[in-house]
Amino acid sequence: MDIPYTSQPRPDTGIYNAKVGIWLFLASEVMLFGALFSTYILLRVGARPEDWPTGLLNVPIGTFNTAVLIASSVTVVMAWASLKMKQFNRFKLFQAITVLCALTFLGIKSFEYRDKFTHYEVWKTDGTRITGHLEGKPMFMTLEKVKAAGKESILFTPDLHHYSEGKKAMHERDHGDHKAVEIPVAQIKRLSAFVPAHSTYFAIYFTLTGLHALHVLGGAVVMAYLFGPGAKMWFTDPDRLTNRVEVSGLFWHFVDLVWIFLFPILYLL
Amino acid sequence: MQATTHTMPHAGVHEAHHEEQGFWRKYIFSTDHKVIGIQYGLTALVFLLFGFFLMMMMRWQIAHPGQPIPLVGWLLERVLGDVAAKGVMSPDLYNSFGAMHGTIMVFLAIVPLAFGAFGNYVVPLQIGAPDMAFPRVNMASYQAYVLGGIIMFVSFFIPGGAAQAGWTSYSPLATSIPTDGQTFWLVGMIFLITSSLLGAVNFIATIIQLRAPGMTWMRLPFFVWAQFVTGFLLLLAFPPLEAAGIMQLMDKVAGTSFFLPTGLAVGGELANISGGGSPLLWQHLFWFLGHPEVYVLILPAMGIVCEVIANNTRKPIWGYKSLVYSALCIGFLSFIVWAHHMYLTGMGTKVATFFQTTTMIISIPSVIILTCFFISLWGGSIRFNTPMLFCLAFLPMFGIGGLTGLPLGFAASDLHLHDTYYVIAHFHYVVAPGTIFALFAGIYYWFPKMTGRMMNEFWGRVHFWGSLIFMNVVFQPMFAQGMSGMIRRMADGGANYATATLQKQGVEVIGGLSDKMMNLHTMILWGAVFLALVQIPFIINVFWSIKHGKKVTSDNPWNATTLEWQTPTPPPHGNFAHAPTVHRGPYEYSVPGHSSDFIPQNETDKGSRQH
Amino acid sequence: MSDHTDDISKHVRGYMIVGGTLLIGTILTVLASYVDLGHEWNIVLALIIATAKASLVALFFMHLISERQMIYVVLAFTAFFLVGLMFLTIGAYADFPPLTTTR
Ligand code: HEM
Ligand SMILES: [Cu+2]
Repeated sequence: MDIPYTSQPRPDTGIYNAKVGIWLFLASEVMLFGALFSTYILLRVGARPEDWPTGLLNVPIGTFNTAVLIASSVTVVMAWASLKMKQFNRFKLFQAITVLCALTFLGIKSFEYRDKFTHYEVWKTDGTRITGHLEGKPMFMTLEKVKAAGKESILFTPDLHHYSEGKKAMHERDHGDHKAVEIPVAQIKRLSAFVPAHSTYFAIYFTLTGLHALHVLGGAVVMAYLFGPGAKMWFTDPDRLTNRVEVSGLFWHFVDLVWIFLFPILYLL
Repeated sequence: MQATTHTMPHAGVHEAHHEEQGFWRKYIFSTDHKVIGIQYGLTALVFLLFGFFLMMMMRWQIAHPGQPIPLVGWLLERVLGDVAAKGVMSPDLYNSFGAMHGTIMVFLAIVPLAFGAFGNYVVPLQIGAPDMAFPRVNMASYQAYVLGGIIMFVSFFIPGGAAQAGWTSYSPLATSIPTDGQTFWLVGMIFLITSSLLGAVNFIATIIQLRAPGMTWMRLPFFVWAQFVTGFLLLLAFPPLEAAGIMQLMDKVAGTSFFLPTGLAVGGELANISGGGSPLLWQHLFWFLGHPEVYVLILPAMGIVCEVIANNTRKPIWGYKSLVYSALCIGFLSFIVWAHHMYLTGMGTKVATFFQTTTMIISIPSVIILTCFFISLWGGSIRFNTPMLFCLAFLPMFGIGGLTGLPLGFAASDLHLHDTYYVIAHFHYVVAPGTIFALFAGIYYWFPKMTGRMMNEFWGRVHFWGSLIFMNVVFQPMFAQGMSGMIRRMADGGANYATATLQKQGVEVIGGLSDKMMNLHTMILWGAVFLALVQIPFIINVFWSIKHGKKVTSDNPWNATTLEWQTPTPPPHGNFAHAPTVHRGPYEYSVPGHSSDFIPQNETDKGSRQH
Repeated sequence: MSDHTDDISKHVRGYMIVGGTLLIGTILTVLASYVDLGHEWNIVLALIIATAKASLVALFFMHLISERQMIYVVLAFTAFFLVGLMFLTIGAYADFPPLTTTR
């Protein structure tokens, strides 16, 4: 006896197996990201407004990445529709574009991450805080490492405004000269790049986007498989291949859908 | 009673799957649900025994704090070093063992046994399916489980030892302990959660999609319903814990403050963290899984009990529909009761009222299920074989466990009982003489299907009576200890708070732990030792019976109605030669006017049966 | 399940339109964030737009507009439990008795 309903729907439920499977899986994904969104809300409500960084992420880049994901969502569904219309070559084309979109997204995202790893905040002992860049653009520098290197002071190029001053300050003052200043180590209470440990904002930012990026990566691998070796199934069991493309597409749309929420709550608000 | 079953010629089955599989494909990387079920079962039993040993060593330490552990103390020192210097269990080691005992028992023993093993082996057979819907996902689920288990096991031997913050791993304690045990725990948990999620997707999809023709929802054996609900519990409750696990891992390795508050001091010094996180958030996310998880532990057990009771009373189960709807209710409600584990966190009265109410409501369907089982016994001509004995014991034992949950469900009484041995007694009554008894029953009951041989009855009875007596010797005293104020998780068993100790120090005490309560530790210790001894006949029985047990004379030695007994023994790859067609409900026993006292589900009204 | 080839080509047009709408929605979100409505209202507006976009994806790309009942049931329960998780947790924080400042 072989396993039934792998390519044809079961009459009474109207669905084939893999579709039930993927929707169940997505239900669990909803709970996974839902828990993280709940965490976001609680952390944000619990934070003092001046401790919750805003405006530190690059909005044009984020917007572009959103567009990339949306475009890939269209191509994914087009790839499936092409198979339904028995146009195998068109399917290959759309599938390839999807994979490229996924890779583009990941490339841009890693660029953004790098940018954050070299951008710093300094909490001074007098209670003031400045953000900016360290000389030589090192990544992951901390006060302990500075001290361990035996340095007396750091050379710091401050940004023209601090995020706690709000968006207005950002728009008004963001154009001007940057001048490096020297800050004695003795005056520094804490030094952190915009890494997860910086604040609860960056903690949830990196966790959410990192987990999302893993999903993108996983999706890309599956899409690439269905573009490459997996596509051979077209000549043996076309219905089943079509189902596989549909199911991987459902996963892909979900990843897109998560990003649609991530973008405003992390970049814009 | 007539032997109406006969062994089918299984020629057709072998034709379909001609290619003989090699050893690795057949036993290690198998995609056959039956092999995976047995793999799950054996691995889980090993972990069950291991978790039990951890507990035995802890019980020694509790009864005789600071004294070398007999027999194995030197070994501990050899393997683990200073934490067991001179064979004495240090408090750190006690904490590790405690945390890992809970983790192993819940996530590596009972759930894999109840869901992974029995679910895998029995569900596809009972619904008349050739296999699970996604056999390779099934294999991946088992592999993720093994990996998680290995990571947990290895963590005992890393510097600093295994996790020490309890199976609940509350932050900030869990992240503040400066060893890597917690990191291993979290990574291990992520594998185990992944395994459960893959399993849950597979089970639910299988039950929805692969039911044989005629197997309508209301003809499903209750065991399948129980697994179905369990699947949903795992599917939807585990992801928030996975999220929490990822966040605690970030706290641990990336220095974030998800669960660490502003101003946290560790070891007297302000921690070097951003702060701003919330320790309570961990508790919410943990118990959002934690409570449904306890129903993951009990529902499959109820499923097994139902099958065995129906079979051995030779009567239809009383109130099949009530059982099904109760299980569904439990599944639904168990998502909205979790904060009854958190009454003492400073929760406000409005929220506490909500959770007290839902907690009281959820005990109703549990009572209904138990009542249905009790009534099912009424007027039956009961066959007292080993599986049935275990199920009969399950009923009162689970009853004690469930009823003692009620005082915990009210904030007012929980104030006194929270975090005492009373809680330990409560949940062990549900899980140990409850769930584990049902699992034993399942093993004795389905063993003939898996191997073609029966287990030995006499030693089965020895195993049963011994387990029943000593389980109670171990857990009953804990109610008293807890009510007298003995807190859980103390490495010295409360010696520091004993009236005797305090008076020796010249401290005037009210409400110290009396000698009577402290002396119960000794009784519990010996109860545990004898409990261990009576498991020996069981272990030998399992292995001995594989080769030497009494051979079954038919495919259906218990004269059962459900479909797993209508296959060849043991069922071949692919299970059935043709999809069986189902014509009736699951428990048609002693139907008046029928020639035998049971009618298999695939028998037509004319009496013919297609396999 | 019974979509025929010509149905599909009709759908294809729809997919394009939805894709375009999503892009417009993205631009709207960004623009809306530059309009100062007061912090709360900015959040509300952003979430409304995001929800609308997400619904488009779910309904059309994921075919939820014409799915089988089984899937609706599963998703309805999931949504319910998610709401339970979020609101009961947040509710528990909001309901701290006075004088308790621990979080
Ligand atoms: C039938 C009604 C039940 C009620 C009203 C109930 C109630 C409770 C409550 C309120 C607590 C928290 C006690 C505290 O920490 O102060 C608790 C703990 C616990 N219950 Fe139950 N329970 C019930 C059934 C079950 C079942 C069926 C199981 C498992 C199969 C179970 C397993 C547990 C476990 C494992 C804990 C302790 C968790 C820990 O703190 O480590 N309970 N129960
Ligand atoms: Cu509970």
